[in-house]
Amino acid sequence: MSTQITETPVDEPVIEPVEIVELNSLDLLESEAIHIIREVVAEFERPALLFSGGKDSVLMLHLATKAFWPGKVPFPVLHVDTGHNFPEVIDFRDRTVERLGLRLEVGSVQEFIDRGELAERADGTRNPLQTVPLLDAIARNKFDAVFGGGRRDEDKARAKERILSLRDEFGQWDPRNQRPELWNLYNGRHTVGQHVRAFPISNWTELDVWRYIAREGIELPPLYYAHDREVFARDGMWRAVGEVSQPRPGEDVVTKQVRYRTVGDMSCTGAVASSAATVHDVVREVAASTLTERGATRADDRISEAAMEDRKKDGYF
Amino acid sequence: MSTLSNPLVEPGVAPVGTRMSASAITGGTLFRFATAGSVDDGKSTLVGRLLHDSKAILADTLDAVTRTSAERGFGGDNDSAQKIDLALLTDGLRAEREQGITIDVAYRYFATDRRSFILADCPGHVQYTKNTVTGASTADAVVVLIDARKGVLEQTRRHLSVLRLLRVPHVVVAVNKIDLVDFSEEAFRAIEAEVQSVAAQIGVSDVLVVPVSALEGDNVVERSAHTPWYTGPGLLQILEALPTLDEVERGLEPFRFPVQLVIRPQGALAPDLADADDAGASYRDYRAYAGQVASGSVSVGDAITVLPSGRTATVVGIDFAGRSLERAVAPQSVSLRLSEEIDIARGDVIAATGTFGEVSQDLYAELCWLSTKPLREGAKVLIKHGSKTVQGLVRAVTGKLDLDSFELGAAAGLELNDIGTAQIRLASALPLETYALHRRTGAFLVIDAQDGNTLAAGLVKDHPGDREGERYVI
Ligand SMILES: Nc1nc2c(ncn2[C@@H]2O[C@H](COP(=O)(O)OP(=O)(O)OP(=O)(O)O)[C@@H](O)[C@H]2O)c(=O)[nH]1
Ligand SMILES: [Mg+2]
Repeated sequence: MSTQITETPVDEPVIEPVEIVELNSLDLLESEAIHIIREVVAEFERPALLFSGGKDSVLMLHLATKAFWPGKVPFPVLHVDTGHNFPEVIDFRDRTVERLGLRLEVGSVQEFIDRGELAERADGTRNPLQTVPLLDAIARNKFDAVFGGGRRDEDKARAKERILSLRDEFGQWDPRNQRPELWNLYNGRHTVGQHVRAFPISNWTELDVWRYIAREGIELPPLYYAHDREVFARDGMWRAVGEVSQPRPGEDVVTKQVRYRTVGDMSCTGAVASSAATVHDVVREVAASTLTERGATRADDRISEAAMEDRKKDGYF
Repeated sequence: MSTLSNPLVEPGVAPVGTRMSASAITGGTLFRFATAGSVDDGKSTLVGRLLHDSKAILADTLDAVTRTSAERGFGGDNDSAQKIDLALLTDGLRAEREQGITIDVAYRYFATDRRSFILADCPGHVQYTKNTVTGASTADAVVVLIDARKGVLEQTRRHLSVLRLLRVPHVVVAVNKIDLVDFSEEAFRAIEAEVQSVAAQIGVSDVLVVPVSALEGDNVVERSAHTPWYTGPGLLQILEALPTLDEVERGLEPFRFPVQLVIRPQGALAPDLADADDAGASYRDYRAYAGQVASGSVSVGDAITVLPSGRTATVVGIDFAGRSLERAVAPQSVSLRLSEEIDIARGDVIAATGTFGEVSQDLYAELCWLSTKPLREGAKVLIKHGSKTVQGLVRAVTGKLDLDSFELGAAAGLELNDIGTAQIRLASALPLETYALHRRTGAFLVIDAQDGNTLAAGLVKDHPGDREGERYVI
């Protein structure tokens, strides 16, 4: 029996492991994430994991199953549903929750809109509207720690956030007054009303995520891989034709081979033209990409220079 | 100049200047480094230059930073990197951009053919020292910047003292803005000598000193033609060659494993295991101790001692998510199964038998005080060590570091950014080890019992401190 954790090399036969323990960067990132997940579960009363069915949250759930094996994942998952989802992602979400025997909590943007507690934005984008239902679900369920799949390479504000990020009674992040975070000693102490967001995969890049998905054989919603779809071009992105994203006059609909790099609100998430049909194709494509994942796919982050920081200050993921 | 003219380009082809590199594809090793040094010495600019010249900046990021730089009237004219304010690549907060300074650590990621890097760009301003300590605490190496026109400043001395305190494995000093002293060898040699003498005084060894211009890129990624008198390696070359902390300490430290959780699923098995009848039965009595190897390694068959109880057992299994391992090394996260059903809970430390002295209720420590709330003798605090948190009573503050003489002077308390020593009585005994010898089991946090904030970085010392006569006797 060997202890080496080998990675399946891209398109090459699996090499027989040898008798030494050589930890590569994925092993180190995995070990760090599992350590953090276990710390949070040990120190908090009511943790939950944000689960959208997107690749980062799928990765988080995979890490959690490894952290507590052979036990089951000891916390529920929470989805903040914009009502503008890709149906295949919701389907994937439900199958995953069922397979792992988890409890799913849903915070619904649509319900808040229907009750008149949230107003639809002029641009139709619902991503920024997720904050209120998110904070409501956290308060209602008395969650004291919420795992997120946020990564520091996603955005310049995320690049500044601690792994355990304290939120006040209003869910707000105070970027100018973060606690020191020393060594791997995480301080999750908080007072009544405060909660903590935990980001175990803070140090993973998009490429790390994909290489790990390839190595572990993790299943993802199919739209992460190349498929034919009716799309039109807007704001420099390919947008899927759907109930909530209809072409305007002058925006021609074409059928293109595309895939998604991020999966969010259908009304503001763009696809990229791609022929990457397998996970190994995607690894190669991401390694060669000249655009960041959010830059290529998210209209909401283009609103202003500090869009993410402003949303996080209000309690966003 | 890279602009985002057509974002609908077909991906899949790697144009010149993408982040495709051997270690990006295969993984390679992971090296963590941080920046330090006085405010405005050019840390963020250097980091930006490193990312830019190692092709780690993607087109849309570069485009956004170029636009912001232009709006802010930043204008160089020689190469493309000078048209942008490189510091904007890491200074991502609104307040940072408005003030042109770094407030908190920015983490960035890049890879070269040799390894993957996690880079922590830290602030220089004295007010944000706590953030610099945050960035440096996990670093395999720290690059300390010094402005070639200014030499060693008070904040340089403070940061070097912190790095000594944390025992950061490698310290590299970059004498920056060498362009502003006309690439003068004389200026460089003078600062180099000053750095070596200060480093020797503080007790930081093997310091490499490199002349660089973060703004113009000299000796950052490429060796510069402007400094023919400098024959050493460029900064990136150094960072690619230094061994990581775990490589340095591999095999030198005894096995330590703070227990995070006891895994005892009983009825709550993972569904795939519960459904398989035979497996379900065999896991019903499963019991293992989950944690991350803090130091050393463990193999099946090893004799272990549980601290603080002193009970002993043999390792009969090392599990990781359904796989059985023969051996685990730092910093792997695994679960250990033991030969005996002994009482072990979160907070206990599993150690190789025969490698640990005595657990102690008296903690002698060096502290790096990170809170505006000062430390006073008699204070009740929380001490977080490994996976255990206990109450502590600050018996005495025994000294404070003077940043000019680097001597410990008498002190009755510690204020924000002070480095000092203290004696703390613990509510229950901990398996304390000297930080000087055991980095991961010699570190602890001091936490405010009221509001939960982190007050200090603590490092265990093996003797009571400088006011020997006041040693607290049990
Ligand atoms: N001429 C010249 N200017 C430089 C060089 N490096 C940095 N600067 C300038 O020095 C100023 C401060 O640079 P920053 O990179 O923001 O300094 P910093 O050390 O990150 O500052 P803090 O993070 O706030 O402590 C900016 O105006 C830079 O353009 C250099 O090598 N040569
Ligand atoms: Mg800076």
